[in-house]
Amino acid sequence: MSATRQRRRLWSTAVCLVGAGAMVAGCTGNTPEASSSGGGGNNAASSNDDTGDTVTIGFSAPAADHGWMAQITAAARAEADSYDDVELVVAEGTNDVSTQISQVETFINDGVDAIVLLPFDGAALTPIALEAMQAGIPVINVDREFNDPDAARVTILGDNYGMGVSAGTYICSQLGDQPDAVVAEVAGIDSLPLTQERSQGFSDALADCGLDVDNRVAAEFTVESGEEVTANLLQAAPQIDALWNHDDDQGIGVLAAINNAGRDEFFMVGGAGSANAMRSIQAGDSVLQATVIYPASQAADGVRLARLVAQDKALSDLIDVEVPRRITLSAPVVTADNVDQYIDSAFES
Amino acid sequence: MSENTRTTTGSTVAAPDARPTPPPSTRTPSGGGLLSGSIGRNLGLVVAFALLCIVGIVTAGDRFASTDNVLTILRLAAVVGVVSIGMTFVIIGGGIDLSVGALVALSSVWATTLATQAVAADVHWIVMVGTAVLVGAVAGLVNGVVIAYGKLVAFIATLAMLAAARGLAEIIANRRTQIVQDQDFLRFFSGSVLGIPTLVWMFALVAVAGWVLLNRTTFGRRTFAVGGNAEAARLAGIRVQRHTVALYVLSGVTCGIAAVMLMARTTTGSSTHGTLLELDTIAAVVIGGTLLIGGRGTIVGTVIGVLIFTTLSNVFTLNNLSSSAQAVAKGVIIVAAVLLQQRVAAGRRQRRSSKALPPTAAEGAPAGASPGVPAP
Repeated sequence: MSATRQRRRLWSTAVCLVGAGAMVAGCTGNTPEASSSGGGGNNAASSNDDTGDTVTIGFSAPAADHGWMAQITAAARAEADSYDDVELVVAEGTNDVSTQISQVETFINDGVDAIVLLPFDGAALTPIALEAMQAGIPVINVDREFNDPDAARVTILGDNYGMGVSAGTYICSQLGDQPDAVVAEVAGIDSLPLTQERSQGFSDALADCGLDVDNRVAAEFTVESGEEVTANLLQAAPQIDALWNHDDDQGIGVLAAINNAGRDEFFMVGGAGSANAMRSIQAGDSVLQATVIYPASQAADGVRLARLVAQDKALSDLIDVEVPRRITLSAPVVTADNVDQYIDSAFES
Repeated sequence: MSENTRTTTGSTVAAPDARPTPPPSTRTPSGGGLLSGSIGRNLGLVVAFALLCIVGIVTAGDRFASTDNVLTILRLAAVVGVVSIGMTFVIIGGGIDLSVGALVALSSVWATTLATQAVAADVHWIVMVGTAVLVGAVAGLVNGVVIAYGKLVAFIATLAMLAAARGLAEIIANRRTQIVQDQDFLRFFSGSVLGIPTLVWMFALVAVAGWVLLNRTTFGRRTFAVGGNAEAARLAGIRVQRHTVALYVLSGVTCGIAAVMLMARTTTGSSTHGTLLELDTIAAVVIGGTLLIGGRGTIVGTVIGVLIFTTLSNVFTLNNLSSSAQAVAKGVIIVAAVLLQQRVAAGRRQRRSSKALPPTAAEGAPAGASPGVPAP
């Protein structure tokens, strides 16, 4: 008797599994793939792109849970694919610091030729990066900086402080003659140094024209959090003149909240530079008037730099025979006037 | 219960006054004691909520008390609220559902794929709603079957679903944010009926339906029985396994509804939707007076619990305070509300047992947790 019950239980389990399988096979089609940019460089006339010794590069980045971060990893892969002499080992993206540390340990044990590391938290990954450097493996630090300069051979990062400055300067240029103008800010994850730098740059630039941030909220780089904090922000400030949102991924939610509240008395500046935001700027159909670029190609650049370092090459446009220690990318403002120049390299959120 | 009138959702406010009378067939305490009991049960919460509102009015004045702001609070409470109603059932039934946030993400992504949106464009946006609810229900079914028939601990089974569902959502969405194209869908759900946002109506409907289901039906009584003592419930003739499955399906359905609401609010479906929603809902349910071990809890408490957290973040933003300070306040409120709740409950229990009630009442299970629940 218990045998038949057992069998019946097996059957019901099987039926459930089949059902779940059918659901999965169902309508999950999502055909158009965003074609990622990148591809073997053809910039300066040099022998740098010639195939050299094959190098193995370890790559680790946080979980690709939003458009910008997804593009970071996708662009790095595409860049590596375009070289015959690069073998990229990509560790599963994670937002857990200890997991990321163990990934780097694995790279060290495997004896890779270089490591491209976009740490979830720069400070937390510094010791293990130092260890890699001491083991003779050059580390390319991308985006979030280590707190010890010896922990990386090359540091390449977007200009977070500069982003804030660009956004602040742009808002100043629009509101400079109104000292009582109300400026609001929707920040990203507040505990990250990059958010603090952006906010610092923003308030410094605003101070130059006598403005300050009147209302500030912090979201979490997700659409949902952007909508939520902005809905509250709009209640806190019944009249706004300008709003800077740090991140275009959460910006979809910020715009949704603004539309839901029926507000349009102010203009908004975005951050990071997603294709979505740029299309809005191009169309001019929303409060979004400008965005500040934070390049999603920096990990791809990191892969290139790692290859050069591992093959003992130099940056061909510089006279120096070594790859520079530190590269800070520019954070230009995109408006309707120059959006055409940037929209093709923008990431899809 | 005057502060309830402040919440403008006419339908949910009706609940607290009606709540006190448990199923007449099972319980026979005196009427007067019960009425004070219902207020007492949620007293900690009501006080906390009233204090919060006073703080809001004092510090932010008209900006807090304006109709717009109240509607904003209610609209933000709606998504967490709907999921919390489902969570209340699961927790009263002696389980826990950690997968709700991931299920919201999965439902929202599945309902906004190009394929689904193409069908919706040809037929009607109701297809997207149906897809979201169906995905939530099926995932809830899987949860329930694994827990009830596979004998997995609910904590582990739903933890596994949390990981798997969010992963699946990422695979389907290819980690992109999917924009809702259907303008009719957005217009319907982000619009208002009689001056109150559709989302708030949905929350109110789900809350009222949940209240009726929990307090006025056999299903509700069985839920208390299963959560209070599963073995006794089984001996009383309740099909405990089947009932457990139903509870998780119910939770999945509320996740599907919440996904639709979130799609309307943010105009997107995304695998990042509902991040940490499970913690927000469990916190709301628990400060709402529902016992984590099951067998006891109220829908009204949950609704007030949700409103407390939403109002808290609103008050903090109105005063331009940081989100870190907000997190600290949230922690303090959880502990304070639960402590207060326990004190009140303990006091009531003493008063009750001194009136020589049946022994089950002394265990603090107010509604039908005794094994003598009607058989199916």
